[in-house]
Amino acid sequence: MQLTEKHFEPVSVDNLQAEEIKRPSLSFWQDAWRRLKKNKVAMVSLIFLVLLIIGAVALPWFSQYNYFSTDLTGKNVPPSGDHLFGTDDLGRDMFVRIWYGARISLEVGFAAAFVDLIIGVLWGGIAGYYGGKVDEVMMRIADILFAIPYLLVVILLLVVFSPGVGTIILALTITGWIGMARIVRGQMMLLKQQEFVLAAKSLGADSARIIFKHLIPNALGPIIVTLSLTVPSAIFAESFLSFLGLGVSAPVASWGTMASEGLPAMRYYPWRLIFPAVFISTTILALNLLGDGIQDAVDPRLRK
Amino acid sequence: MERILEVKDLHVSFHTYAGEVKAVRGVNFHVNKGEAVAIVGESGCGKSVTAQSIMKLIPTPPGQYKKGEILFNGKDIIPMSNKQMQDIRGKDMGMIFQDPMTSLNPTMTIGNQIMEGLIKHQNMAKSAAKQRAIELLEIVGIPQPDRRVNQYPHEFSGGMRQRAMIAISLACSPKLLIADEPTTALDVTIQAQILDLMKDLQKKMGTSIIMITHDLGVVAEMCERVIVMYAGKVIEQGTVDEIFYNPQHPYTKGLLHSVPRLDLNRDEPLTPIFGTPPDLLKPPAGCGFAARCDCTMKVCLEHDPELTEINASHKSACWLQHPMAKARTGS
Amino acid sequence: MLRYLGKRVIFMIISLFLIVTATFFLMHSIPGGPFTSERTLPPEIEQALLEKYNLHLPLHEQYVNYLKGVVTWELGPSFTEKSSTVNDMISRGFPVSAHLGFQALLVAIFGGISLGVIAALYHNKWQDYSAMMLAVLGLSVPSFILASFYQYIFSIELGWFPIAKWDTWRHTVLPTLALSASPLAFIARLTRANMIEIMGQDYIKTAKSKGLSTPVITVKHAIRNALLPVITYLGPLTASILTGAFVVEKIFGVPGLGREFVMSIQNRDYTVIMGTTIFYAMILVVMILIVDIVYTLIDPRIKLGGSRKE
Repeated sequence: MQLTEKHFEPVSVDNLQAEEIKRPSLSFWQDAWRRLKKNKVAMVSLIFLVLLIIGAVALPWFSQYNYFSTDLTGKNVPPSGDHLFGTDDLGRDMFVRIWYGARISLEVGFAAAFVDLIIGVLWGGIAGYYGGKVDEVMMRIADILFAIPYLLVVILLLVVFSPGVGTIILALTITGWIGMARIVRGQMMLLKQQEFVLAAKSLGADSARIIFKHLIPNALGPIIVTLSLTVPSAIFAESFLSFLGLGVSAPVASWGTMASEGLPAMRYYPWRLIFPAVFISTTILALNLLGDGIQDAVDPRLRK
Repeated sequence: MERILEVKDLHVSFHTYAGEVKAVRGVNFHVNKGEAVAIVGESGCGKSVTAQSIMKLIPTPPGQYKKGEILFNGKDIIPMSNKQMQDIRGKDMGMIFQDPMTSLNPTMTIGNQIMEGLIKHQNMAKSAAKQRAIELLEIVGIPQPDRRVNQYPHEFSGGMRQRAMIAISLACSPKLLIADEPTTALDVTIQAQILDLMKDLQKKMGTSIIMITHDLGVVAEMCERVIVMYAGKVIEQGTVDEIFYNPQHPYTKGLLHSVPRLDLNRDEPLTPIFGTPPDLLKPPAGCGFAARCDCTMKVCLEHDPELTEINASHKSACWLQHPMAKARTGS
Repeated sequence: MLRYLGKRVIFMIISLFLIVTATFFLMHSIPGGPFTSERTLPPEIEQALLEKYNLHLPLHEQYVNYLKGVVTWELGPSFTEKSSTVNDMISRGFPVSAHLGFQALLVAIFGGISLGVIAALYHNKWQDYSAMMLAVLGLSVPSFILASFYQYIFSIELGWFPIAKWDTWRHTVLPTLALSASPLAFIARLTRANMIEIMGQDYIKTAKSKGLSTPVITVKHAIRNALLPVITYLGPLTASILTGAFVVEKIFGVPGLGREFVMSIQNRDYTVIMGTTIFYAMILVVMILIVDIVYTLIDPRIKLGGSRKE
């Protein structure tokens, strides 16, 4: 290295240039989405679920069969070009019934999650934000409800009320929201003590602004994670209930009902069990994997 | 003087999703027997990484020791196996961490946490180790040690936990103690007590200390020599007097000007250092401090300065030390 | 401690009272009586039946009678199985269910913890990925599907285990495995997540700086702390095994309480539904209380009264 006098001439450096942020700045959600996109398992699950939703909405229209017409001359036909998934003991086309079942499962899953979200966020948010007596009373109620075993309540309600999608959603959400409420309350308790909330308060922000601008956005991570795990557990519960004979009534059938009907025939007509079983399992699997991906993406603590 | 530790051209990197962060980029320094050395610098300058590297506590991956040697008692520890390191850690080297709230296991009694090292390294029986643990607690100034030994960390205050942590790290009388910001998380009054305790123990036990800190007050109180780090490199080192009264590197000067001092003119205003350190994902080709320096020259932007000797103990890595720069400014 | 216990027991009794009340009124709000399904019944016989079961009384008297019954543990007769009472059914079915449930509980706890610890120790290596794939499968495949596939593969195809009934040890294998799958998977995931979090804690670094070996650090510092939250899951775990047993017992023809419950639902045998529900609720509430007390005793950070310091 040859140094000359020239090298030692002073140069002026703009001090502010040193303040320049060199990495591209990403918002929290852009960052989370970027991480989620990198997670191949989660993306495959997401694509699968999107296809499932499209299939559930569209496929029954394009089939020459419908879910309720019986054909006593074509009972228990194995899968073929004519009946892709075969037929059941009343000669109904399993392919169309499976996609109808998908509608029910998805409807139950998303509706239950949505109701849980609304009630849970409101209940937990109010209890956590106000604290004190309000919190004490609200969480006591939640605790007592929580002590009642979930599936027992659901079963009782379904025994009493007429079975149907609405009843199932009602039964699943009657104690299902408590988990969400607890998460939201915990987050509120944690966040409202933090300095940035104090800073907002000292700048004269009102309760509404603090709740919607500061608390909810920061609690959104855990809320979304909880939500993403509620959907599969609702679908799981629905199939369980249908299997016990407490699901939607004939001729409509959910996957659980179909699996339950297929079970005794497992030895001779295995497709009647296999198709609904595979659909239930892969759907819940995809939802769980996507939920895991969302959790990893949103929770920076587990960042690799 | 005999050197207990010598770090030569140490490079440590972390592999993150954004790329390779070169946290430590060629660090050289040594510690003599019985000496207290401070490593100072702002957050992210690589001082903690350097300290943890000496005990090989950097998790690999994502961390990686890219290059260099760490000679402890004349032996390079970088190529040592985990097993060999386990015989050194706790026995020959001890470490104190920044936050006493999180550095103790919450579900194990303080006594058991002190005893673990004794049982492992000195083959003590349980009862003997417990007796020693009580003695150690007494030495670090915890009242009623025979009762405290059976308590859990949450029953201790912050200062007491740090005392317990010191007892753990000194249990086997190590030759080298690394203290990573041991007082940062404590109240000011407690800080002084902990520093006094450490100074006292150092005198009694003859342990060498590496004190990692960004608090120049702690440095003046505790240490004989100072190593100033910036952007993963050592930019100046010397005795406490040399660094405090005759700093050579503009960064060291800036650091000293940004803290209030009683021994200087009281009317002199504090001058902050503007800007932020460079991103170690893409470290600059020249001097890391060039972008924030008041004396930047053309060479600073193109070439990284070497550590050059000012006298036997004082070294600085700055182009201002170059004869041609001195000729220009006429100093 | 006593005050805390007293408070917890009172809340437990309130919960149980609410469950009994809700169950009673729900069951009696069903249009028509319990005998409406037997359509051919002449009115005078139906009246006699109602009187026999005290169903002609006003609702509030029936309620008080029922509460008395619960307190004295007389849960009444079964409507469909005329010869037995609900008490008979519970004492007949519960030992079998308890046996199956206990076995499944052990498999779930030991299997789940081992799987979770292995996954955490080999974080981001193939052992971790395969253990977690297994766990997410265990969570995603409903027990009734798993049970059917076990029957198909291990009984029909391979003939290793009997397809149904409850007799020898070999009969218990498949139901136990089917019942323990999902709690095992849950425990594995929980253990793994806790372990990974704890392995990143400062006190693990302290333990390393003492020169302790990796196995010692793993067992004494990491696993111990990682397992504490798993204990709190034992309450919900019992619930999941009890309810899981409904379908598993039905599929494998195990003569347990779960199968009785499912049959009573299908037969709309209201006293049995009520009695079993209350019995299950009691087990769960007591189990949750026991778990909480155990946790308080084990974790030194928890002060009496249930609040955590820090």
